[in-house]
Order: sequence, then structure tokens, then C-alpha cells
Amino acid sequence: MPDMSYAAVLGRKNEIMKKALGINFEDFIQSPIAFDYERMMRETGYSHDDIVRIQTDSKVGNTPLFELKNLTEAVRKVAGPGKGATILVKDEAANASGSFKARRASISAFEAQKKGFQGLIAATSGNYGAAVASQAAMRGLKCIILQEVFDSRNVCQPEIVEKSRACEAYGAEVLRLSVGPELFYMALRTLEETGFFNASLYTPFGIRGVETLGVEVAEQVRARFKKDPDAVVITHAGGGNLTGTARGLLLAGCDQTRIVACSVDLGGLHMASDTDFNKKSFTTGHTGFGVPFATWPDRVDVPRNAARSLRYMDEYQLVTQGEVFYVTELLTKLEGLERGPAGNTSLTAAVTLACQMDRDQIVVVQETEYTGAGKHHNRQLSFARENGIDVRVGDPAGNIPGKTIVIPEHLGQVRGKVQDMDRLRVSYLKNAVKAHAVELWNENDYAFVAADLKTNTEWVKQALSNL
Amino acid sequence: MLKAGTWVEIEAVLLTPAERAPNLPSDTAQVPYILKLSGFLTEDAELGMEVAIRTLIGREHRGVLKIANPSYAHSFGATVPELLMIGTGGRI
Repeated sequence: MPDMSYAAVLGRKNEIMKKALGINFEDFIQSPIAFDYERMMRETGYSHDDIVRIQTDSKVGNTPLFELKNLTEAVRKVAGPGKGATILVKDEAANASGSFKARRASISAFEAQKKGFQGLIAATSGNYGAAVASQAAMRGLKCIILQEVFDSRNVCQPEIVEKSRACEAYGAEVLRLSVGPELFYMALRTLEETGFFNASLYTPFGIRGVETLGVEVAEQVRARFKKDPDAVVITHAGGGNLTGTARGLLLAGCDQTRIVACSVDLGGLHMASDTDFNKKSFTTGHTGFGVPFATWPDRVDVPRNAARSLRYMDEYQLVTQGEVFYVTELLTKLEGLERGPAGNTSLTAAVTLACQMDRDQIVVVQETEYTGAGKHHNRQLSFARENGIDVRVGDPAGNIPGKTIVIPEHLGQVRGKVQDMDRLRVSYLKNAVKAHAVELWNENDYAFVAADLKTNTEWVKQALSNL
Repeated sequence: MLKAGTWVEIEAVLLTPAERAPNLPSDTAQVPYILKLSGFLTEDAELGMEVAIRTLIGREHRGVLKIANPSYAHSFGATVPELLMIGTGGRI
């Protein structure tokens, strides 16, 4: 019987991962920090056409792109003269399991089946669990999903309860866990016990699977408007959505399209805190994931993360919970589309952007997700009230996450907060230096870090000397 | 007495506070790490007993029997009147 203590299981991480993925990450590592990212992405063994074929076979992709005419008109009423870009939304809720996460899960499930694994495992409290369970179901594979669901009072976050239900509906075994980062420990234990495939969110399979989303956006916008999208707004948490979409846009030749990340501001709330757990009205797409994952991607459950958001990000906006709930309600009432919070996070930033952009420009919100019991914004707001959060109507400026949720009075009060990209880059550098002393870096490392930060080696060297 | 084959929920302590990950916030560090899981009872049992269950994919797990025929009761919540006026009556 192997030692099941926390330290012992974590100590076996690399061997467990190697068996559970079949990727030898060491093949790609070049020097302390640098690894051959593009070769790793290529050597997943799938061409873009293969991925399209696999996804078409598994009820994923080719989702509609809708023009939000009424919301665009509303934005134009509050924007300055000549301003108010056309807002489009990619209805990713149309994928099997109801979100873009099916794109990531589809390639992992195909790979697991091809390699002869009996089942798949994913540790996720988000839509990805349902996506993996759904893809496993259609391939006749077993599925285990691990979720962080309840606090020490046994109070469950309603959105995650809905995800438990969905995963079980697709026939998965759902391990529902209390608050804590030991989710990863349990995932390792379960991978070791079962020998199942690790359907991690951060493998090349997962990220390559999202590239089709970027390609579809490019093709659909061009077909309808005879031009490339001027900006694409992407809800940002672990970085896979942004990385995959941006890579797809580049693959389609959209090299002038502005890539805008957006997260819900949950500043001040601790992600591993039992008491903070149910003070959050968003379970993903928030700064608790968005900032740490952007500024040190390799903190994940695989040795090298395929999701590297700062490589592709041009701008990063933060929005408040109240603003997203307001825009969610507007989407429902003005456009007749009832959708979940994840895509509506980027829609909220798109409203701000559209206000600043010219009327002949196009801003694309690249996902929606399904909504329903537990996930619905009315449930999240009533749950916030039950947990002592002051929910009110007013100006969301100065909102304090975990204490207040302020729903804007009008569209003019929806204004994303633009983050300082260089501050994020410096934060990445601090994490990099902590992981690998700068004395050990060579020119290849500087070049890798520069590419990872969408900048140049001179900037990296200068910033390092100022640390 | 619950019959073998009944759909149930069990609970198990995976890590006591002393066994948990290092560097946890103090509120999290002082409570155990808990698993809840549903499956079919493998033998007749009473609530509160240590039992085995078989999950939907056929794996066996052990834990304390907590709930018979567990269900999902999540909802749309109490109405939040502040939402009702958005996008109607000219309020945008």
C-alpha cells in the first residue's frame, strides 16, 4: 500500500502525471525556464483539420455568431459621437454540455480512447467537468470529476451544485469536496488508483481544441462583414480560453485583432479560505484565477502549461460582479438570450470597449454558456444576500468584493477597469526569478520569457534589473 | 434499515486538520478535508453506519452513510426585485 499522506502523494506527482497523460514534458525542456512551446503544441499529433473532424463527430463547434443589435443600439445612445462598435457574440452554449469547454474536452477524450485508457479524470468545479463527462459518455469511457463544492458549514455554492448534477447526469462519478487546494491531491490519488487519463485543462490537447473557436470567429466575421474583427473579448481564468482563441485567430491570419482579456474582480477574497468560499458569486472567470495563472502559468497540474495567456494578451479589463449581473439581465431582456455568467463577463467588458470604439468597428464576445437553476444570476444574487453580502442598486465604482454587489443604475455605469499590462509582466518576472534564480538564465531563457510576455528581451532585461 | 442497492450519499474525512496541506489560511487549516459521494449501497445498512457504495462507474468507496436517496434541490432562488426592472420600462 503506497503512502497516501499529502506530502507523499504530491511527491509522486511527476510519475503519476507521466502515466496519466503519455506526454514526456522533459522532451521539450531546453534550459531552466525555456521549453519548446510551439513544438509541444505541434506534437500533440493532431492537425487543425483532425481537430475539426473530431469535434464535428463529437457534437462540438460550428456554433452561431449572433449580432446583438439592440444592445449595440443601447451602447450607441450612451457612447460619444461616432462611437459604439457592433457587438457580436459566439453562442458557445450550443456545444454539447453547454459551453466552449466541450472543445477542450473533445480532444482529450479522443486521445484517451485512442491510447486505450478506460476513463478520464478532471479536477474542476466549472463547466469543464460537464464537458469531460459528456464527451466520455459519447465515447463509452468512464469519467470521474472532482469538485470543490461546500464549506465547513456544509453550505454548497449553488452554481457548483448544478455542475455536480450535470456531471452525474452524464454518468460520471462526482467526488464532492470541501474547500481547499487538496483538490489536486485527491486528483493525483484518483489518477494513481484508477490508471485513467488526466483530462487536465492545461495540456496541448485542451488548448489546441480551443483554436477552432478562434478560426470560426475569424471566418464568420469575414463572411458577414468582409473584414477581420477589431477586438475579441475573452473571459479569463486559467488562460486556456484566451490562449486557444488567440492562436486560432492568428492561424486564420487575424494578426491585427486586439485580444482583450476580462475577469471579474474578486480582489481581497482568498481562494483557499473556507469563510471566503461562499462570499463569491462567481466560481470562475475571476481574478482569483486570472491574475495568478497569467503571471505564472506553470502553477498547474501538468509540468508545462499549454495555456500561456500573456503571450497573446493585448489588454486586461476587470469588471465587478454587479456589472456582469446587470449586463446578463440586459442580454436577456434586450436580445432574448438567457445565458450564464462566464460569457457575460466578457460581454460586460465588450460594452465598455464598444463605447470607446468607432461605429464601423467590430467587437466579438467569443463565448456564452448555458444557465439554469443554481447558475442563474438571480440565484447568485439571492445566495449572496443569504451570505450577508449587501446587494443594492447604485454606482458600482468602489465596490468591495465579498462585502457588496452593486448593480448599475444604467448602462453608462458599466465601465471595465483596464489593468497595467507591464505590472502583470513584472509580476510574472518575479515569479520566474523565484522559481529559477536569474543567474542560471541564458539567452534562450530571456528569449522565451520575452515571447511569453509578448515583449522583447531588452524589456525583460531592463525590468529584471529594476526588480 | 436501507436495502442494498439503495442510492445513497456517504461522507468521509480524507485529511484531518493536522494532515492537510501546508500554508492554508487559518480558517481552512482548522477544519478537516471532507468528501461526499453518491452511489448504490452494497449491503443493507442504517444511517450513520460505515458502509461501502458502488458509484455510477462501478468503483467502490467507503464512508459514513448520511442520506438515503439524495437529490439536487438547487433552484433559481428568492426573487431579487432589483433585477426585474432592468431592460424594461425604458431602464437601460
